[in-house]
Amino acid sequence: MALPTRHAWEQATVVEIRPETKTAKTFRFRLPSAPALRAGQHYIVRLSAPDGYTASRSYSVASAPDGSSEIELTVERLGDGEVSSFLHDDVMVGDELELRGPIGGWFVWSGDAPAVLVGGGSGVVPLMAMLRLARRLGTTDRVRLVVSVRAPGDLYYADELPGPESTVVYTRTAPPSSTRAPGRLTEEDLAPLLLSDATAYVCGSAGFADGASDLLVAAGVPTERIRVERFGPTG
Amino acid sequence: MAKFTRGFAGRGQATRDPRLPPGQYDAGPTWPVLTAEVTPKLDTATWTFRVEGLVDQPTTWTWDEIHALPPSTFDGDIHCVTTWSKLGVSFSGVSVDTLLAVARPKPEATYVLAFSHTGYTTNLPLADVTNGQAWVVWDYAGAPLAVDHGGPARLLVPHLYFWKSAKWVAGLRLLDHDEPGFWEQNGYHDRGDPWLEQRYQGD
Repeated sequence: MALPTRHAWEQATVVEIRPETKTAKTFRFRLPSAPALRAGQHYIVRLSAPDGYTASRSYSVASAPDGSSEIELTVERLGDGEVSSFLHDDVMVGDELELRGPIGGWFVWSGDAPAVLVGGGSGVVPLMAMLRLARRLGTTDRVRLVVSVRAPGDLYYADELPGPESTVVYTRTAPPSSTRAPGRLTEEDLAPLLLSDATAYVCGSAGFADGASDLLVAAGVPTERIRVERFGPTG
Repeated sequence: MAKFTRGFAGRGQATRDPRLPPGQYDAGPTWPVLTAEVTPKLDTATWTFRVEGLVDQPTTWTWDEIHALPPSTFDGDIHCVTTWSKLGVSFSGVSVDTLLAVARPKPEATYVLAFSHTGYTTNLPLADVTNGQAWVVWDYAGAPLAVDHGGPARLLVPHLYFWKSAKWVAGLRLLDHDEPGFWEQNGYHDRGDPWLEQRYQGD
């Protein structure tokens, strides 16, 4: 386990902004130095007004640890979200923002232990960092990912998903090519993904996380091998 | 001092509720759920709460026994390290003082490790859970505490970040040293005072 370290606020430069869906954008940042990043960790973004007012939110890293000084955060725009709406509407390439991280020592994956990744909607972000790490290291035989989204237009990283080790489940509207009828994630969806001795990483809304955890338990995954990250409405 | 962000005016200091610690925002009527574990299904028929470790009288209470103790209510605000705060909340249960009065901490007890039925732990100075600052609560806003918020009962230490208020709490172990709990081993602060923004180790 990594020792807790002190994280200072760092000035990071926005070097690229790309849309993922109508409501999500990925921001690529250049940090002053390369962080000791682990797949699944998050950063805090802080906005500061001239009067001293600040607003901070946590966002998961979507890019795989690669030893570079650049990281990507994917941010979902929430209707009244003070930080997410500013990031979406006002931030441009070249802007400097304050970042603090990487944070988290629990919801992290080493890159080699068997892992089953279960994401709902925007919960795919930290899992994508894990999948990208596996692809980078050539350890995709040890990882399976399933992501649940409402409709094709809600899928992040659509050009990288699905793949040989990843499955997309549509709950409301499936693309014409899909052989699975739209519907919530089921035990049948998960059963083929349960690598032996895998640790499960579940990330999504509280409702999704509870539902997915129950399915994993029903499928025989011990509760102590299920790690959960629930996304609250953090705007 | 923070360098300011191009174009960011924010919602302003003037309208900011003075009950909000620095870096926090008002979650309003929502109550986000943040948990690292699978939500357990606990039965109050077999539920227990235990005070152990450096005490004269290690004690275990059943659901009925703990409800027979003098009730106590907290009305105020809670603050999560993920930056939301929830203002003007009301929880009812029993004061930790009442439980410690039965178990009687030994003079050398200086810290507590709160532990949950799930295996979750969190560490606190004993001084942060005495003198009317901490509760074991089972009611929220007059109704039974929902399981995803820690029901049937959770610890409540509202003057510290909310991860200290262990969900599904099973007991307190009194210690003569500080022993980092679950989040504290994973980079979070050992004390977690929201007014000092003690979010992470080193803050």
